[in-house]
Amino acid sequence: MPPPTAADPGRAVPRDADHVIETRGLTKAYRGGQLAVDRLDLAVPRGSVFGFLGPNGSGKTTTIRMLMGLIEPTAGSARVLGRPMPGASRQVLPAVGALIEGPALYGFLSGRDNLRRFDAADPTADPRTRDERVDRALERVGLGAAAGKKARAYSLGMKQRLGLAAALLQPRELLVLDEPTNGLDPQGMREIRTLVRELAADGTTVFLSSHLLDEIEQVCTHAAVMARGRLITQGTVAELSATVLDSGGHGRLAVTTPDPADATRVLKEHGVTDIRVAGDRVTGDLPAPPDGHPAEPADLNAALVRAGVRVRAFGAERASLEDVFVHLTGEGFDVAG
Amino acid sequence: MSQAETVRRAPRRLWSLGLLRSEIGTTFRRWRTLALLAVLAGVPILVGVAIKIETGSRGPDGGDGGPAFISQVTNNGLFLVFTSLAVTLPFFLPMAIGVIAGDAIAGEANAGTLRYLLVAPAGRARLLFAKYATSMAFCLVGTLVVALSALVTGAALFPLGKVTLLSGTSISFGEGLLRALAIAGVVALSLLGVAALGLFISTLTNSGIAAMATTVGLLITVQILDTIPQLHAIQPYLFSHYWLSFADLLRDPVYWDQLQKNIGLQALYAVVFGSAAWARFTTRDITA
Repeated sequence: MPPPTAADPGRAVPRDADHVIETRGLTKAYRGGQLAVDRLDLAVPRGSVFGFLGPNGSGKTTTIRMLMGLIEPTAGSARVLGRPMPGASRQVLPAVGALIEGPALYGFLSGRDNLRRFDAADPTADPRTRDERVDRALERVGLGAAAGKKARAYSLGMKQRLGLAAALLQPRELLVLDEPTNGLDPQGMREIRTLVRELAADGTTVFLSSHLLDEIEQVCTHAAVMARGRLITQGTVAELSATVLDSGGHGRLAVTTPDPADATRVLKEHGVTDIRVAGDRVTGDLPAPPDGHPAEPADLNAALVRAGVRVRAFGAERASLEDVFVHLTGEGFDVAG
Repeated sequence: MSQAETVRRAPRRLWSLGLLRSEIGTTFRRWRTLALLAVLAGVPILVGVAIKIETGSRGPDGGDGGPAFISQVTNNGLFLVFTSLAVTLPFFLPMAIGVIAGDAIAGEANAGTLRYLLVAPAGRARLLFAKYATSMAFCLVGTLVVALSALVTGAALFPLGKVTLLSGTSISFGEGLLRALAIAGVVALSLLGVAALGLFISTLTNSGIAAMATTVGLLITVQILDTIPQLHAIQPYLFSHYWLSFADLLRDPVYWDQLQKNIGLQALYAVVFGSAAWARFTTRDITA
């Protein structure tokens, strides 16, 4: 199978048999009857980098815990690598590397001994190759130099890297990474994204949960959006952007100008809707075409200039995943930073 | 790391021993475990020095109260082993076990490492087994630490020689050592009930401290119940009831009756609370 990359977002969703994760009506109710996950039908194609999006508390982690056999679904079923979970945990999990809700380490052990410990818990791990695999995983996440340090002396970013290293102790078919760049500096984030792309290029399916939309946008081929326990949508990242463009118009118009008040007035006169002003930036939806032809943005620019509005930049914005999310859920997104 | 390399790896047969080794190694590298062992090693030294000072100032008939063999210590240092085990068995040893067993699952849940062990996948029943086996290993190591520390202290402070048993007959020092070893074994077995109880409590909560405190609290409660005469009907079922029966190994012939009852009771506790721990841990949602 050709290695899919982030640059290949238009790939068609393969048939059902080629899904590494598939859930049907997956539901989890916690005590008191509150639904953490509500009838989730998720399909993660083999070889994809699958972004699992949603604000904090939307049920992402509960879903991941059910997929990993840590908690029992209240209703519905989940299949991972073609086998039912949690029933087939022993067969499935050795081929799955996971980082769930942040790293958890033994503070009194060194980074290297932490990995040895987790590797010893894997019944399929060969103890004869353990030290070699541990060192390779440490190198891969850039912790080679700090391997002998006690884990309690690690920074949050280093702990996160060590957690990732634990997921990479074996060749995996599926990597489940819950917020993998949490606590990392921008350089560390970039390294992790590069690592994710490398792994995907090697044929590993990566299931990446995040509340950082641009992160998903940068590395993922596919995405699913969750809100309040429900799956809002799933598909390729390109498809998701397209749904918003089709229903909401043709992307948003963005004008940068030192005269935002005048620009707003002129744009309103020309039928631009949902105008928002942020500093010297004015954005709005292009008017719906009255005769089936799309409105010409250049005419708007000319109108602005005619009215004496000084324009620094003018253009149409592509719908970002944030737009997709706001459009689909009608609510803001908890974007960090 | 291509997919072609990702062959289905079959579990190896002896792998649970690998997990057990890792478990024992991790437990005994914990600072807390070492501190508990240091306390256990300190008790015989304290008792030995106290007896030495007492007899130095008041003469050899100083021991009133206390276990039957405490007065023998000044004649034979080997008796410090029996005395120390009798002193530590009611509280120090089971408290240490309570800490180790109570922390076994709850501590991992608290630290979050439990979820990573389970997705490794350690297997819930196997992890529980490794945890119980490690608690058992600690019972043995803790008891041996007390016995060894007592033997060294006894040899340093008091004369060694032939052992006069509680029934009056004498045995050689070598046979006395063997009996001391057997007693250490029985004391270690006496702790299995507490270990199983602690492990079960450990599966109920995500707080290591709460599990440890509950186990030690139950230990104290049971000890108190065992001294209330009105409760004699339930006392034979309290895990601590036959603990001091190990002294019967110092008779000739050995009185087996209470020793057997003790081991049987510990086995019953291990089965009941081991099953309860298994039932709880294999079905529980791991949310920590």
